[in-house]
Parts: sequence; C-alpha cells; structure tokens
Amino acid sequence: MSAVVDEHDHHADDHHDHGPAKGLLRWITTTNHKDIGTLYLLFALAMFFVGGAMAMVIRAELFEPGLQFVDPAFFNSMTTMHALVMVFGAVMPAFVGLANWQIPLMIGAADMALPRMNNMSFWMLVAGVLLLASTLFMEGGAPNGGWTLYPPLVLQPITVGKALPFAIFSVHLLGISSIMGAINIIATIFNMRAPSMKLMDMPLFVWTWLITAFLLIAVMPVFAGAVTMLLTDKFFHTSFFNAAGGGDPVLYEHIFWFFGHPEVYIMILPTFGVASTIIPVFARKPLFGYASMVWATGSIAFLSFIVWAHHMFTVGLPLAGELYFMYATMVIAVPTGVKVFNWTATMWKGAMTFETPMLFSIAFVVLFTMGGFTGLMMSIAPSDFQYHDTYFIVAHFHYTLVPASVFILMAAGYFWLPKWTGHMYNEKIGQLHFWISVVSVNVLFFPQHFLGLAGMPRRIPDYAVQFADWNMISSVGGFIFGISQLLFLYIVIDTIRGGTGEKVSDEVWEDAAKHSLEWTLPTPLPYHTWTTPPSVVPTEHVLDSH
Amino acid sequence: MNKAKQLFAGLILMALGLEAAHADYTLNLMKGVTKVSNDIYDLHMLILWICVFIGIGVFGAMFYSIYHHRKSKGHVAAQFHENTTVEIIWTIIPTLILIGMAIPATKTMLELSDVEKSDMTIQVTGRQWYWDYKYLDNDIHFESHLDEASEKVHRTPGADPRSVPHYLLNVDKPLVIPVNKKVRFVLTSMDVIHSWWVPDFGWKKDANPGFINEASTYVEKPGTYRGQCTELCGRDHGFMPIVVIAMEQVDYDAWVKKTLEQQKQKPDLSDQTTQQLLTHGESVYLKNCVGCHQINGAGVPGLIPALTGSAIVTGKWESLDGFLRAGTSKMPKFDKLNGKEVAELLTYVRNNLGNKVGDTLQPKQTALPDDDE
Repeated sequence: MSAVVDEHDHHADDHHDHGPAKGLLRWITTTNHKDIGTLYLLFALAMFFVGGAMAMVIRAELFEPGLQFVDPAFFNSMTTMHALVMVFGAVMPAFVGLANWQIPLMIGAADMALPRMNNMSFWMLVAGVLLLASTLFMEGGAPNGGWTLYPPLVLQPITVGKALPFAIFSVHLLGISSIMGAINIIATIFNMRAPSMKLMDMPLFVWTWLITAFLLIAVMPVFAGAVTMLLTDKFFHTSFFNAAGGGDPVLYEHIFWFFGHPEVYIMILPTFGVASTIIPVFARKPLFGYASMVWATGSIAFLSFIVWAHHMFTVGLPLAGELYFMYATMVIAVPTGVKVFNWTATMWKGAMTFETPMLFSIAFVVLFTMGGFTGLMMSIAPSDFQYHDTYFIVAHFHYTLVPASVFILMAAGYFWLPKWTGHMYNEKIGQLHFWISVVSVNVLFFPQHFLGLAGMPRRIPDYAVQFADWNMISSVGGFIFGISQLLFLYIVIDTIRGGTGEKVSDEVWEDAAKHSLEWTLPTPLPYHTWTTPPSVVPTEHVLDSH
Repeated sequence: MNKAKQLFAGLILMALGLEAAHADYTLNLMKGVTKVSNDIYDLHMLILWICVFIGIGVFGAMFYSIYHHRKSKGHVAAQFHENTTVEIIWTIIPTLILIGMAIPATKTMLELSDVEKSDMTIQVTGRQWYWDYKYLDNDIHFESHLDEASEKVHRTPGADPRSVPHYLLNVDKPLVIPVNKKVRFVLTSMDVIHSWWVPDFGWKKDANPGFINEASTYVEKPGTYRGQCTELCGRDHGFMPIVVIAMEQVDYDAWVKKTLEQQKQKPDLSDQTTQQLLTHGESVYLKNCVGCHQINGAGVPGLIPALTGSAIVTGKWESLDGFLRAGTSKMPKFDKLNGKEVAELLTYVRNNLGNKVGDTLQPKQTALPDDDE
C-alpha cells in the first residue's frame, strides 16, 4: 500500500504542469509526439506546395506545343525534383506525421517509444530535403535523369553537373530518417499498447502503419545501396552499372525497383488505414471485414516484394521473367479488390453523412479504384509494351497518388484537426475545397490516359501537335487544382487559430469514441495524454473476436 | 453542390465541343498494322471492358448506398459486419477473372517474344539524340535525325509548331522495310538507355548500352509509321523520333540499290562559296552539335562549354579539326564526318554563333585520304 502511495507522490512531483517549452526552442528540441507530428505535417504541407510549384512549371511548359518557358534540361530537373520532393518530402513525411500524432493516441500510449530518436529523424528529414533542394542552385542544375536515377544517364558529365553526390547524400539522410521513424513506430506498437489491446484489437491505421514500417526497414537500405553504387561508379571507378567494365545498367533497374515497388505501397498502405478509419465513422457502422483488411494489407505488402520487374517489361527480360512478373502482379488485384469491396460494404446500409473527411474518403475509394484498374491493365505484360513510359502510366500513378494518398491526407487533416486543435474547421470552405479538387484533379489526370494511348511518351518537354488539346485541358485542370490547394492551407491556418469558434466535443464526430480511443480523450488534447493507459479499448470493429 | 454539377457539365460539354472541332486526335490505343499490335489492342479492349464492368458494379453499389443509406433520409445504420461467405466469394470471383485474363495475355506474350525465323535483321543503335540504323544483310548504314524544320522550330522561341508537318515526328532519313517480311531488330545503345517505340508495331524495346535486345515485326500494309524514344535519355529525349516506311518488295529492292549506290559515292570536294559553306555548315551543325552546344553556341553553363568565343573554336583550324575527330571524355569523336562536312562545319562555327574568325575552309583542305576519288 505504501509503495503505491510513494509512486503516486513521485509521479505528481515529476508532473508539475509539464506543458511545452516556450519559444522556438520548443520545436527544435521537442520530444513530444504531438509536437513532432505537427512538425512533420507542416513540413510535408510546405513541401507539397514546393513540389506542386514544380508541377505547375511542368504543366505550364506542356500547355502548348513548342518550348515556351524552360530549357529541356531544366524541364527534366523539374520532373525529377517534383517526384523526389513529393515522394520523400511530402507524402511520406505526412504519413509519418499522422503516425506520430495518432498511433500513441490510438493505442493508449503516452508517447512514442523512442522520443529523442523521433526528434532526430524529423530534423534529419529536413536536412535531407534541404540538401536536395540546394541542388537547384548548383552549377549544372538539379538532377535531371528522372527520380529513378537510372545510370548511365545520371552519371553522364553532360547531363548532371555538381548535383549528383549531394542528391545521393540527401537520399542517404532521407533513408536513415525513414528507417529511424519506422523503428520507432514498430517499437511503439509492439511495446506501448494499452495492456488490454491485443494486436487484432488495433485500429486499422495502426495495423497498416505497422506493416508499412516493416516495408520501410526492408527497402530503404536497398535504395541506399543502389545510390551508393552509383556514387562509386561515378567517383571511384567501379563498374556496377557500366557494361564496359563488366557491369550492367539493367542491374540498377532491378535493384531500384526492388526498392521502388514496396516504396509505392509505403505511400498507399497508410492511406488505406486512414480510409478504413474515416469511412466507418461517417457510415456509423463498424468496418465490414476487419480481419480481412488486416490480411489484405499483409498480402499486398508481401506481394510488393516479388513484382518489381513489372516496371521493366520492356528492358529485355527473358520470356519466363515476363510471364512470372505478369502473373505475380495480377495477383495484387485480389487483396486490393478485397479492400475496395470492404469499404463499399462498410457504407452499405449505413447512416451516412458527408462532411469533408467523408467526401475526400469516398473520392479516394472511387479514384483509387480507377488507378487500380489502369494498374491491372498495365500488369498485362504484352499490353505494357504499348503503355510503358507513356502518359498512360503517368495518369495511372497520379491517380493512385493524388486523388488517393493526397486526398486521404486531406481527409485526415479535416478529420483530426478539430481533435488536435480543439477548433472546428469551416465546413463550407472544406466542401468547396473538396468539390474544386475532385473536379480539377480529374480534368488534370483523366486526359493523360488519352495522351498515353495516343502515343505521347512521358518526360518530354515538347510534343507533336496532335497531343495539343488534351495537354491544354490537363494543364488547365492542373492550374485549378494547384491554386485550389491554397484553400486547404487557409483552412489549416484558420483552424489552428480558432476556426469557426464553435465548441468541439470530445468525440468531435457522432459516436466516434465507439471506433477509436483518441475520441475518449478531452478536446482540445492536453499536451500529455495517456500517462495512465486506458483500461478498456473500443473494439467495435472487432466485435466477433470478443 | 449545384454549382459543382454545372461546372462539371460545362467541362464535359467543353470536351465534347473540342472533340467536334478537332477530330484528328485519338482517345484509345491504336490498332496498329501488325498481328501482334492487333492482338494487343484486343487484349487492351478486353481488360478495359472487364474493368468498366467491375467499375459499374462496384461504383453502382457504392452510389446506390450513398444515395439511399444517408442519415439525412432517416436511414438507420445496420450493424452487420464480417461475412465469411461474402468474403470468400469476392476473393474467388476476381481470381477466376484474372485467370481468364492471363490466358490470352500469355498467348500474346509468346507471340510478341518470337523473333525466330526472320527474313532480315536491322541493328538499331540509340545515340544522344538520334537513331543509327544498320542493315546487317546488305551493309546499308545511316543515321536518322529529327528533321531540320522541327529542329529549327523547337529551338526558336515563338516559332509555330503547327507550321511544321509532323512536328517532332519527322526525320531526315527514315528507316525503310519491306512489307510481308519478318524483320528482326537488334537494339543497343552507344551512350545511355533509349527505347525504340513505333506504336503501330505494338511494342517498344529498350536499347541498353553494352547489351543487345531483340524484337521483330511483320508489316502487311505499306505506309509510314511514326514513333519516338520512350526512355528518358537526357536533354533532347523528346527530339529523337522514329519514322519507318514499309514498302512493297519491288520498291524496297529499288531503295536498297539506290541507297547502296549513294553510300558508295565519295563526297564532292569541289570548292564552295562562303555562303554555301555557311548554309551547309548550319545543317551539319543542326544534325551533330546543336543538342549539346545549343542553337546559339552558348552551351549549358556548368555542363557543356560554349562555342561562342571558345579558344579552341577560334584558334587554328587544324587543331579544331583534330579535336573534333578525336573527341574527349565528354564529347564523342566525330570521325564519321567526311572532309566536305568538316569544312562546312568549321567554316560555320568559326564565322557564326557569335564568332568572327573570317576564314573559309574548303573541302580539299580538310579532306582525309579516303574522301578522295
């Protein structure tokens, strides 16, 4: 008995109002998962606009045939940097930010398992992205060999100036940052769940991030290895990828896509997790198949390791290779289909309302599925001999990234901002943002299917005149989409500064507390939460297993 | 909501209106002119319709639900979830559909990868930024560059691409093949990875430096078929098109005879006027130098040296000649140029692009022993 009292006293002592430190130093030295989550999310938002500005340059140049604004090499730098910034600076960090905020809240943990490493992984990300961005101002310009950095192009003295080693070191930093983040997430999920929360009680967002974290740990070192080989080929006279020295440029493609394919799932699995979190809340129904969603996520993650060469159908694979990678890739449609059917079944016979997070989530399900369809079309190897490296693939992966990952990140912002800040966002502006985005994103990307099928290759700054009309429409969609994202920026700032001023309940959304733990906490969230783990966890999504 | 609908309808109308105005673009994959390309087209349509069908089913159910199962209509949420039977069905049916797709896909893949028993072989070599074709059966060998009209327009700010027929899809010397013959291509590259694509043939294949890929085509219909490089290969990746002319056998035989004769001809080393040298020199420059050194000779800061004011260019012409033919670690050697072309090019770069050396070089001065008759 006395031991308990002692501990209590000590606890109280340690806890004399542990608010955040004041001033700028709070953000530099913070180890609080909410602060670090905020840093990640704001950084990602900033990079979304940087990468978006590059996309605007691309769409402006492609508005009309002929070269109007930029030099072809700078155009290539823009496509390269747009991809690198969006992948490594915007989408991935945004999901790490969500993980930082949400995983401890959802599993009843006081913080991430490794808070100091958490701080370090954020600041290493900033260093990595700034290093990458600095290449824009270097002699010879930023890397312009495509984000895939294929040799020998990326090693060529007439193609790349001083930027290469900086870009490679930046990739190393980003890789270390991601791996540290992933280790932290795994350690947190395995060790810091509320005692009564079994693995199969975890919200799907936590599950998808757990699986994503393993993908990150598995493949980021592979990418680091590939770019290090580029570095030694360039500066230390090795010949990993140089045929004249006994190497093979296609070897790089194999290594890159062994990283690259899981990488694209690193950006989509947490997306699935957020969608599976939001849809049940607004359908006022449990997720239809919790266990099958977990298994589907695991299957997709596993398959991501054995399908890489479908990015390389035209490099000259042996027939057996073409057939194997075609079949393996087609299989992915099964677990992905299971997910889409599950979301649909979750909505079926629900009592739906359509607040902004739900609108973005529904658009995600529809438009991601369209990206999935084109993915299935491209898995058919012989057809890919036509589709490969055209605007068809550009349309495909943008459908799976923009109206999928990015829309879900927006949905997550609308969904959780009121909980995080204690302020409600302006629903009218939110809906306006949604409708402009969903229309313009389709005007932007749908015509690119036509362009690709009609024969327009990707990564060209100028094109034959028969591609002019759809390019112009696509550019108009792009400009509208780009500008309308400023509405989101406005909403984020406005909500942080007070929003509509209406009082936000602890649950925020009707009966949300039935679905996940964070809604049982007070709004606005205190700086420290779950200093005592919750004794009961909501398991509405897993009723059958209880 | 209403506004959004209006906007959407407006955009659709706009798209339809544009379609009526310009009927020259396509929305779908082209069928092409080979059996493989037709089979790929059929496969493409099959999968597309399956996707459309599944899409209608899934999105139909979703939109039915969105319309009827809403709280504002007083719908009360059912609380069902997990249904093993349903989950097994929606796993098995897609699997069966996929197997159904895999069968025709495999057949077409086998057909596409068959390069055996060809009638002739052409070696395709990707270069920055043109294609080099070599007929392995009869020693015809030539380079195929972007045509001069497109070259000038895309390098001139404000020039109108619509004024050039087949802008960016035209070349100076097209590849010529006979119809009704199985033509085998062996593809490689001299510098970076390129990819050779003629959509009408149904495939593209990468040209990898140091390695050889194979592919084949069998064209039945005479015609001109156009394509482009489809693997990012540097700054002028967008400017190395492919044109293939498929001819009846008689016409092809005549073309072979004529081309072989032209190939044997020695360059005309007679003197030219300064103006002729400059005009011809510009053509040589546009074909061989402009990709790197740019149309105004300014090069690219940090990557490629300028020719304007360059000591090498404006120094002794003999050393410039030697430099050109020897190449450097960054620049390929241009020993493929004959004496006539060298004289024209040297006169051009020394008296244009902001340089004014004031000399003219005649073909006889720069001729090599084997240029002479």
